[in-house]
Amino acid sequence: MKPLGRKIAWGVWLALAAFGTWGVYLRMTTGHRLANYGSYFPWGLWVAVYVYFSGMSAGIFLLSMFVAVFRIRPLARLVRPGLFISAIALLVALLSISFDLGHMFRAPEVFLRPNFHSVMTLMAWLYAAYFPIILVALWLDLRGDPSLHAQRDDASGGQAREPARQRGERCLRCIGWLGIPLAVVFSSGLGGLFATLPAKPYWYQSLYPVLFLVGALLSGSALMLAVVSAGQRFQDEEGVRLRRILVRIVLGLLAFDIIIESAEILVPMWYAVGPEYHLYRTILFGRFAVLFWVVHVLFGIAVPLVLLIAKPCCRWAAAAAGILIAATFLAVRLILILPGEITPEIKGLREAYADPRLSFSYVPSTFEWAVVAFLIALGWAVFVLGNRTRLFRDAGTVPDKA
Amino acid sequence: MRIDKEDLPVPDPEVTAANRAQNAIERGDFLRKAAMLAAGTCSLAVGAAATVSRREAPARVPAQPDGADLDNPLERMRRELERALRKPMEERKWVMVIDRQKCIGCKACTVSCAVENDLPPGVVYRPVTEDEVGQFPHVRRVFLPRPCMQCEKPPCTPVCPVTATYRRPDGVVVVDYDICIGCRYCLNACPYNARTADFGEFFTEPAGREAAGLVGEPATAYEHRATFEYGKSRRREHGKERSPMGNARKCHFCLHRVENGMLPACVATCLGGATLFGDYGDPASLVHELVGSTRVTRLKEDLGTEPSVFYLA
Ligand code: SF4
Ligand code: SF4
Repeated sequence: MKPLGRKIAWGVWLALAAFGTWGVYLRMTTGHRLANYGSYFPWGLWVAVYVYFSGMSAGIFLLSMFVAVFRIRPLARLVRPGLFISAIALLVALLSISFDLGHMFRAPEVFLRPNFHSVMTLMAWLYAAYFPIILVALWLDLRGDPSLHAQRDDASGGQAREPARQRGERCLRCIGWLGIPLAVVFSSGLGGLFATLPAKPYWYQSLYPVLFLVGALLSGSALMLAVVSAGQRFQDEEGVRLRRILVRIVLGLLAFDIIIESAEILVPMWYAVGPEYHLYRTILFGRFAVLFWVVHVLFGIAVPLVLLIAKPCCRWAAAAAGILIAATFLAVRLILILPGEITPEIKGLREAYADPRLSFSYVPSTFEWAVVAFLIALGWAVFVLGNRTRLFRDAGTVPDKA
Repeated sequence: MRIDKEDLPVPDPEVTAANRAQNAIERGDFLRKAAMLAAGTCSLAVGAAATVSRREAPARVPAQPDGADLDNPLERMRRELERALRKPMEERKWVMVIDRQKCIGCKACTVSCAVENDLPPGVVYRPVTEDEVGQFPHVRRVFLPRPCMQCEKPPCTPVCPVTATYRRPDGVVVVDYDICIGCRYCLNACPYNARTADFGEFFTEPAGREAAGLVGEPATAYEHRATFEYGKSRRREHGKERSPMGNARKCHFCLHRVENGMLPACVATCLGGATLFGDYGDPASLVHELVGSTRVTRLKEDLGTEPSVFYLA
């Protein structure tokens, strides 16, 4: 990175870290008192951030493991950075949801007295299996690192290299076979967390798990596109090929996501009647309109589409498109979650008892954003540190098909 | 209304015996008076008194004043409560009947509930909604008190990741404050918005007081006093974030009162006499009688949650 760019990045990171530290300090000292969610609007920004990052983690993991398991040679260099970013995203997601708990230090109760009927318990147990899988996959990938073996080769005259590397690859593929279904289940299970609640007609739909899975893949691939396009080490011939393939993958997923989202909106709105019609009107033309049209449709779909279609070979266009899709995907998560909580279950409940926490509207407070800033600063810091070590080196262990 | 014959409790020999004993108590009152007139009936009165002593009420149930007026629904419900408490928990089924024609929308129940359970900002167990139906000149206001429905098939319990909330054998859905992690999943799962969360606020704390529009001297001591939900004394103390702060909270039919022989606070304070409470497992109870009325409805029947709160339309 150029010195000016580095300075700006440092400045932004320091600002995020300072703002975030203030937020976390307040969270630990004042609990939930400064948050704006309430009893009738129980899940707010932190739940959306949790879904956003854990979906992204699953998406990147799936992409990396597909490459490893199916030995997709041109994308081999995605595997290690993918696994590493996937681990960071999961860490950030879990921190976010623990900040949201009323008793965050009681979280281990999910393992001590689990209720396996609850989707939330299943998710927690899946995380418990998924996180070690990412770490093991990362370790196996590191074991197969040619540069590591090259050092040993010098000592052993090249004897040590091949068997160990092949073993590493085999194990990684096995882990991939285990991890892929797990990541599919948990990314769609995120949708299941909402879709299994008959009390909320907006969430109670079978499309949700599919929507969450596609969203996970799209946001994860878009972030990897941004990393590959912006990263200096990916600018060789192989890296450029990798970027072009990623552009196509992102375009395909974006198109698929548009189709599913259109179905989700058009079906309940078509005849302008039904319980969800008014809800979707609120999303399209009411209080969620800016989030939907400006953040999601304009910056999350239209601009990236134009960039990727008009300049498919331009590095910076791809980087901008990737970062726009990945960053604005938080808006998609907010749109999928928040509107489900704006309708009183019983008519007149809104007026029955005056209390700021008994409200059916919600705008995240500065404090809530501060905690999110902390999470982003933390994830960013771990990413930069990893980037300086072998953890992020882009050598994948995907062998030739021969 | 989906109450089939199969749903009605089959008269249990023990329950029937308890009812017979209760009838014997009432008969005993009459006979005591009659004994002054006819000495021959004295032996029967003594027999009835013996029956009473064999089935003594639990020590914690306060004795009822002599000469209680059994035409008064409150008195009747209190006696039925005593009777129900003599049975094992699994033979009781607490239900509430709310007569919407008698509800005057005074919200005394909302307030008495908040006082009884020291509810903080953001927590309400029994709001009363208001609606206007019809058009002038044929217009009227209708009120709907909404406690927790204590559903027979509650959607709020299976979602709990740590089994902190469950349905007791007597039909009341409870929250174990010492286990609840405060994920608020159950709040979203309840189709009646009957669950709220304790965000650790106090009305007398500056931000809380200002937000709630309260004026005057802070009543700090009042907000810190111990409450007895679920029979356990707890103090909400600022800075300590002890349960129930951080927990999901809901109406529990004032179990801590009921199990000590007192009617739920909302029932005891209802000005219109619109809220009735009792044991549906007792075919002689007032609520059993009322649930058999043709006016009975329940909220959101189509969801299949089988609420234990019945409304008389
Ligand atoms: S009314 Fe709501 S909180 Fe009460 S038992 Fe039913 S689902 Fe649970
Ligand atoms: S808030 Fe408490 S009671 Fe409700 S689902 Fe979460 S842990 Fe269970």
